[in-house]
Amino acid sequence: MTFSPELEAKFAKMIQNYPPGRQKGALIPMLLFAQDEVGSMTPELIDEVSKRLKVNRVEIEEVIGYYTMLTREPRGKHHVQICTNVSCMLTGGEELYQHACKKLGIGNKQKTADGQFSLEEVECLGACSWAPAMMVDYDFHFNVTPEKLDGLIESLKKTQ
Amino acid sequence: MLLNEPHPLEVKVLTRRYKYPQQDPIWLEQYVADEGYDAIRKALTMQPEEIIEEVKKSSLRGRGGAGFPTGLKWSFVDRKSPKPKYIVVNGDEGEPGTCKDRIIMGHEPHRLIEGCLIAGRAIGSNRGWVYIRGEYREYIDIMDRAIQEAYDKGYLGDNVLGSGWAFHLSTHTGAGSYECGEESALLESLEGKRGNPRLKPPFPATSGAFQAPTIVNNVETYSAVPEIILKGGEWFAGLGTPRNGGTRLVCLSGHLNKPGVYEVPLGMNMMTLINEVGGGVWKGRKLKAVIPGGSSSPILRAEECDIPADYDSLAKAGSMLGSGATVVLDETADIVKVLARLMAFYAHESCGWCIPCREGTTWLKKIMARLDEGVGTKRDIDMVDQLAQGMMGRTFCALGDAAAMPAMSYVRKFREEFEAKIQSAQVFMPAPQTQPLVVL
Amino acid sequence: MADPITLTIDGRQVKVPAGTLVIEAAKTVGIEVPSFCYYEGFSLQAACRMCLVEVEKMPKLQPGCTLPAAEGMVVYTESPKVVEARKGMLEFLLSNHPLDCPVCDKGGECELQDMTFRYGAGESRFVEIKHHVDEKQWSPAVYYDAARCILCYRCIRVCDEGLGVGALGLTYRGVAAEITPSHGDHLECDECGWCIDVCPVGALTSGTYRYKSRPWEMSYAGTICTHCSDGCKTTLSVRNGEVIRANNRDRSGVNGEFLCVKGRFGFDFVHSEERLQSPLLRKDGKLEPVSWSEALAAVAARFGEVKARNGKFGILGSTHTTNEENYFLQKFARQGLGTANIDHHRSGDVPALLDALSGKTGKLASSADLYNAKAALVIGSDLAQQHPFLAFQLRANFRHHQAAVYTVTSGTVREEQYAAKSLHCEAGQELASAQSLAEDLKKHGDLVILFGDAVRGQAVSQLVAFGESLGIPVKYVCLVDYANSRGAMDMGLLPDLGPGYHAAPAVGLSRDEMLAAADLDVLWVVGSNPFKTTAPAGTKTFTVVQDLFLTETAQRADVVLPAASAYEKNGTVTNVCGEVQRLKQGPKVMGTKSDLEIFGLLAKELGLNLGIWTADKVFEEIRRTVPGYNVPLPVIATGGAAQTAAVNGGVPSKGKPEYIRSAGDTLFTSGTLGRYSKMLNRVMEAPGQLYKP
Repeated sequence: MTFSPELEAKFAKMIQNYPPGRQKGALIPMLLFAQDEVGSMTPELIDEVSKRLKVNRVEIEEVIGYYTMLTREPRGKHHVQICTNVSCMLTGGEELYQHACKKLGIGNKQKTADGQFSLEEVECLGACSWAPAMMVDYDFHFNVTPEKLDGLIESLKKTQ
Repeated sequence: MLLNEPHPLEVKVLTRRYKYPQQDPIWLEQYVADEGYDAIRKALTMQPEEIIEEVKKSSLRGRGGAGFPTGLKWSFVDRKSPKPKYIVVNGDEGEPGTCKDRIIMGHEPHRLIEGCLIAGRAIGSNRGWVYIRGEYREYIDIMDRAIQEAYDKGYLGDNVLGSGWAFHLSTHTGAGSYECGEESALLESLEGKRGNPRLKPPFPATSGAFQAPTIVNNVETYSAVPEIILKGGEWFAGLGTPRNGGTRLVCLSGHLNKPGVYEVPLGMNMMTLINEVGGGVWKGRKLKAVIPGGSSSPILRAEECDIPADYDSLAKAGSMLGSGATVVLDETADIVKVLARLMAFYAHESCGWCIPCREGTTWLKKIMARLDEGVGTKRDIDMVDQLAQGMMGRTFCALGDAAAMPAMSYVRKFREEFEAKIQSAQVFMPAPQTQPLVVL
Repeated sequence: MADPITLTIDGRQVKVPAGTLVIEAAKTVGIEVPSFCYYEGFSLQAACRMCLVEVEKMPKLQPGCTLPAAEGMVVYTESPKVVEARKGMLEFLLSNHPLDCPVCDKGGECELQDMTFRYGAGESRFVEIKHHVDEKQWSPAVYYDAARCILCYRCIRVCDEGLGVGALGLTYRGVAAEITPSHGDHLECDECGWCIDVCPVGALTSGTYRYKSRPWEMSYAGTICTHCSDGCKTTLSVRNGEVIRANNRDRSGVNGEFLCVKGRFGFDFVHSEERLQSPLLRKDGKLEPVSWSEALAAVAARFGEVKARNGKFGILGSTHTTNEENYFLQKFARQGLGTANIDHHRSGDVPALLDALSGKTGKLASSADLYNAKAALVIGSDLAQQHPFLAFQLRANFRHHQAAVYTVTSGTVREEQYAAKSLHCEAGQELASAQSLAEDLKKHGDLVILFGDAVRGQAVSQLVAFGESLGIPVKYVCLVDYANSRGAMDMGLLPDLGPGYHAAPAVGLSRDEMLAAADLDVLWVVGSNPFKTTAPAGTKTFTVVQDLFLTETAQRADVVLPAASAYEKNGTVTNVCGEVQRLKQGPKVMGTKSDLEIFGLLAKELGLNLGIWTADKVFEEIRRTVPGYNVPLPVIATGGAAQTAAVNGGVPSKGKPEYIRSAGDTLFTSGTLGRYSKMLNRVMEAPGQLYKP
C-alpha cells in the first residue's frame, strides 16, 4: 500500500534519522503517522510497515498492544479525550467526562452511531496547570467546562 | 493562552526571552536577536571537559524527577569510545501534575536545540533525538520547524557554525505510555520497541540508544545549559540553594487561584509558592495537603509544607521534588478518591514486565476502588500499606516505587479519612477471611 | 577465564570465576535460589523477582539472576527479609492466577505449584475479582491460556534467541499483558513446541497432550527421535501402551532440551489407524491377512527355492532400522542368502568422505563440535529445514561464542540472519563458490564444514583438499537424511562395502540397478518405499516388504510383514555425526514384530545359523567386529552418545555417486513416516517459504 505523497516524503526523511541498519527505530512514529492517515492498525498497514522497516510481524503486534494511541478499532472522525487524572479530577475533570458521556451518548472507547465522535478517558495530558483539559484529535482544550465542551462539539458537528 | 502573566517573585532564566503576552513561539530570528546561539558559539571555543566542568559547577540536577547531577552524568560517557555517542531529550512529560516541557518546546524550541548542541559538543556526539510524547503533536510540529530553521542557518548539520563538527537532531514521537518517561524505557521506544525498561547496569552512558553511549536528560535540563555556558556555572548555582543549583519551572495545579507554570529559584519556600506565586488556595479555603513533585511523590500535610522546595529539603521531609509538579489540595479534597485515581493510573501504566508491579498496582487499584466507594474494611486500609511495602524497592524499575510511595504516605498521613469513608458508607461488609488456596 | 573470587552465601565460602551470577554461584554449593524467568543459556530478564536475595551493604534486595558475584560479597538467600519478599511475590503471582490446578495439564509438574508448596504462600489476602481472559488456540500444536501465564518470557526467548524464529512476543501491558503469537490471532512458526515445554505453568499447552493425562499416570521412555538424522533424544510419555507426549525435559542426550516439531509431535504415526497389524499374503492377486507363521513360511519357502537354484536376490535396507537390524540384514544377505545385491537409499557420500580423510584422525565433527567450533561452513543444505538440531547448535554457538557461520546455498536459508557471510550460487556450483571463501575461513581458529548431497563423489575429495589447504583444524559432517542413514552405511548396506566400509567379498547391484533389473527373482524391501518414485522392471519378481504401512511398495508386494517402528524397539542408531545412541522401547503395537525378530524368524525357517538375534547380542558382535564401533558400553547404556571412530584407510568404494540424493525433506515432512503423522500434516505451513524475505 502507499500513503499520501506528504506522508511518503515524511517517511523517507524519517528513516534517515536512525543509524544504518536500525531503521526499526522509526517503527512507532511510522505506525502513529500512518494510523492518522489510515484510521487504524489494519492488517495491510501492519504488513506494509513490517516490509518497509524489515521487522517481524510479532514485533509490531507487541507495540500495538502497548501504546495507547495505537488502535485496531477505527475511531470516530473526532476523537474526544478527556483527562481525569489528579489535577483535572480536582478541578472537575470527572464531571466533565461524565458530561461528555451523556452529551455524546457513548461510554469510554466507544463511538457514536454516526461515526462522528469517539470518546476516551485518558491519563495525564500534561496540561495540569490549565485543568481540566481535553484533547480533540490533536488539539488541546484547556480549562474546559461542560458548557465549553457542548459548544465545541456543536461547532465540530457543524463543520461536517 | 498557556503563558501566565509573570509573577514578581519569579527569577527569569530559562524564560527570560518570554515577552508576555506574546504566545507565539520564539522563532529563530527572535531567538538570535537576543543572544540566541551565543552559548554554542562559546562552547565551540571550549574543551569538552571545560563544558562538563561548568555544568558540574552549576549544580544543575536532572529536572525529570530523579534529580541526578547533570554534569556528573555527562562525565560518565567515554568520549574515546569508538561507538557513536548520542544525545536523547526526554520530552515524554507524563508525570501527573507536570506541564512545563511543553512550554519550553512550544514557546522557545531553539533553547532546547542549543542545549542539545552544547551537550553533544561536551560528549563528542554527532546525533540527537528529541523524544516527545505522542499527544504533543503540536509541539512536535513546532520543534520540527525550529530544527529545520536551525539546519537552514547552519546551527545544525554536517558543519555546525563552520566548526567542522557535525550535529544532527530530529524529533521522535511516542504513542501513549507513561513508562516511556523512564530513560531506559524511552530508549527502547526510540529503537521501535515496547517501553519496557532495561536491565541496569549498563546505564545509558555506557550502552544507551542503539547500544551506544548516550545521555538522556529532561527538556528543562538541556534548556538550562545555554545560560550556564553564557553566564557561568557558579552564577547559576548561586541562584538556588547549596547542591541545588539554579531555577526551575514549577507547575502549580489543583485548588489554586492562579495555577500555572512559573520559574522560581530552587529552595523557594513551599508556602510562598502556594500563597504568593500561585495566588493562594482557591475559593478562600484552607490548605489540606500538597503533592510536591508529581503524583509519585509522597504527599505532605499542610503543616509539613513550610519548607524550602528543593531536592534535599523535600527528601528530608520524606518526599521529593520530582518533576516540579506541585498539586495543591484544599480542605474539601477527598484524599481517598485522589489515591484511588492514582492507583488506577499506575495500574494502567504498569508495563507488566515484573510481577510485583504488574500484580501489585492492579491489586491496589481494586482495593482503593472499593475503599473509595465505601465498600472496604479497616483491614483493607492496612493492606494498602502492606502491599505497597511489598512492592517498594523490589520492582524492576521505579514505577513500582512510584505507585507504592503515594499509597503508603496517603494511608499513613490521612488514615482518619480512610476510616471515615468506611464508616460513612452504609454497606455491610463482612471482614473477608483469608482464602485457602486449592493447590495445597 | 577470569580469576576466581570468593564470596559468602548463607555462611558458606564460595569460589567462582569473577562475573558469575549469584544464582549460579549458589548452585555450585547446592543452594537453590528460586526463579521463574531465569533460564540458563538465555538472556536475563530479572522480571519474576523470585530470586531476590539480601546482600550486605546493599539497602535493597537484589535479584540473584542478574547480580554478578563480587569478591567479599556476603549474600543471604533465606534471611527473614528474603523469605518474606519471596512469599510476597508468590502472593502477587497467585492473585490473578486461576486456581484450576485440578484440571490443569501442568498439575503435578508445575513450577508455581512446587514453589507455593515449598515457600508456603498457602493463603491469600486477595478477595477481588480475578483478571480473566479466555484461552486461545494458536495452532494445532499450541494453545495459550493467558490467565495462567505468569509472564516469565521463557517462551519468547527460546523462540527468538534459541531458534531464530521470533514468533512470540509480549503485548498489552500491566495486568493485561500477555504473550502474542506472530500473526495476532494465530501462530506461523516452526511449531516445535519448545515454548510449551519451557512454560513453568499451564499457560502454553500442547494440542496433542492437553487434558489427556497426569504426569504421574505415565511411564517414560528416553529414546532417539526416528525422523531426521540429527539423533535428538526424545522422551516418550506412555500411558497404557500409547504414546501421548514427547519432550526432553531432563536435557539428556546431545540435544539437551531442543526438539523440532517432528521430535515433539511427530510420534503419532505410531498409532495411526493405517498401521499394519497383520501380515498380508497375496492370494489370487489380492493381499489377504494371514497369520505370522503362514506368512513367514511362504517367504522362507520362496527364499529357499531361489537360493537353491542360485537365483537372483535383491535386498533394500532401511534408513530407520537399528544398527543391529542393518548388520543382521547384510549378514543374512551375504552369508545366509549368498547374494551381494544389497543397498539402501543413500543420501550423502560418507564413503567418499572417509576415503578422502584416509590417514588423518579426529576429522569427523561431533554435534558438540558444532557448538564449540570458532567457525562453520554450510554447503548446499537448508540446515534449519533439514537438520534443525544442527542448525540450533550453530545458532547457539553464534549466540554464546560469536562463532562465524558461512553458508553457500542455491536459495535463501535461515542461517543468513546471523551468518558472517552468505553466498548464493547455481545448484551444482556450491563447491566452487565455497572455495571463494578461503581467505575468510583462514582467519578462524578452527572450522566445521557441513555438506549435503550437492557435494558427492570426486567433489568430496576436492572439498577435503580445500579444507586441508586452509591451514587450520577442520572437521567435517556429511549430511544424510534419516535417523539411521549413517548406520545403514556403517553396517554395510552397500553393494560394494561391508560393515565398517571394508570391501565386500563381491560387488552387487545398487538400489537403482535392482529396480531396473527385469530378472530379479526376489526383491526384499525392509522399511523403504522405492516404488513410490520408481516402478520396478521385474514383472515376475517375488517381492517381500517389511513396513509399518501399506506403502506404494507394499501394495505391489507378494508378502507384507508388519514391522515395529523405532519407538517400539530396543537397539542402537547412529546419527549424522556418527554418534551411537540407544533406542528404548516405549509403546507396543499389537501384531507387529521388530525387523530384527522378523529376520531371526526367517533365518530359523530357512535353517540358517546367523547367530543369536537379540539386540544386545548383535550389538556385542558389532562392537567386536565392526571397525570404529568399539564404543564404550556404559556411555551407550546410560543414554549417552558415543561417537564412532572413523575407519582410517582408503575406502575401496566404486562410488556411483550419481545414486546419492537427499529426499529433501523439510521441517514438516519426513518421508513415509511424515505422511502418516496427523500432526505434521496439520501444522504444515508452507515449508521452505517461511523465511524467504
